Amino acid sequence: MERVPILKLGDVLIVSIQIDLQDQGVLALQEDLADAVVESGARGVIIDISAVEIVDSFIGRMLATIASISRVLDAETIVVGMRPAVAITLVELGLSLGGVRTALNLEKGVALLEDRDNARAVAVPR
Amino acid sequence: MTVHGDADRLRIETLLREQEERILKRWLDIAGAAAGGRADHGVLGGRMREIYQAMLRSLSEGDDSTDLRGLLAELSRIQAREGFTPSDTAVLVLSVKEAVYETIEASEETAALRGYIWFSKFVDDLALYTFETYVTAREKIITDQSEQLLELSTPVVKLWEGILAVPLVGTLDSARTQVVMEKLLQALVETGSEHAVIDITGVPAVDTQVAQHLLKTVAAARLMGAECVVSGIRPQIAHTIVTLGIEFGDIVTKSSLSDALAHALRQSGVQLTQGASKRVVVATERA
Repeated sequence: MERVPILKLGDVLIVSIQIDLQDQGVLALQEDLADAVVESGARGVIIDISAVEIVDSFIGRMLATIASISRVLDAETIVVGMRPAVAITLVELGLSLGGVRTALNLEKGVALLEDRDNARAVAVPR
Repeated sequence: MTVHGDADRLRIETLLREQEERILKRWLDIAGAAAGGRADHGVLGGRMREIYQAMLRSLSEGDDSTDLRGLLAELSRIQAREGFTPSDTAVLVLSVKEAVYETIEASEETAALRGYIWFSKFVDDLALYTFETYVTAREKIITDQSEQLLELSTPVVKLWEGILAVPLVGTLDSARTQVVMEKLLQALVETGSEHAVIDITGVPAVDTQVAQHLLKTVAAARLMGAECVVSGIRPQIAHTIVTLGIEFGDIVTKSSLSDALAHALRQSGVQLTQGASKRVVVATERA
């Protein structure tokens, strides 16, 4: 079974899904990611799905589940690079990915996490 | 078909072949008279000869009439281009019956006369076919045009760095909204814009379906990481929306495009200040 690599960049974990995920792979990714978040103490998870052309309700739920898991572990999940066709499909399926933040591309996703951190840094000292 | 019928059919085929020149000449005369001198006799004659020969081939070879149909389709197309109505073309094809009938009457054969009934049906089919071709061609033109209209009427324009606008004009239906949605989302990806303004000033009416489409577009844009503002909501439309009980949820709505632009600029951290010399000074908050 193919495993999706999880990359660490600073305190952000980046997952780039380049293959058509099967159900088994999705479950493995969820476990791997949870382990990686705990191990690295990451505060952000970015899932890049720019190479994903086909989604179904299962993948949609996977994204929501990963977001929930990460939130429990105090890391924010950002889904980046969703293709227009994929977005339309998800909307037609009635999935809004509640609780998952999105960004147009990886760069903007990282910027989003940094923005949040800056806001936090300002708030903490007082 | 009975053996008897087959014999009749064979007889009329032979007759058509033997009297080819005579029938053709007569056919051209009748068709020319019906067209009222609008047709070019030389060209039309050549075309009719081709059709006649294809008809003979089709009759003797049985069911395979691809050749004949191709010629008829071409005839129908050319006639239409030259300004003839589809009825003119059908009459032209049908007039071969008259020419053939005259020949049969002259030959005074009962067998051929019985075969004529069958031949008449055959020609009727051909005439109907020219009509069908005409309608199909027309329909194709109409679909092409509505497709072009669809593309023309949905531009995505860039208002500012990172801010797109879609001015919608005309009635929104499912097909159009689909195109708008796809174009907008595609443009968001291509330009890397995080804000989009959907301006519905030019939309005459908003019903639940249109609202549903708008909501879907906004939701899809959100999934991709872009925020949409709906602007250009006129008082009557605001009234309709409330009366219909449509919930826009947390989607930002503005009454005018300029308000929406101001909102999008604020969201993307651009500050506008009016200078003393009344020049608008633009500064970006983020480094």
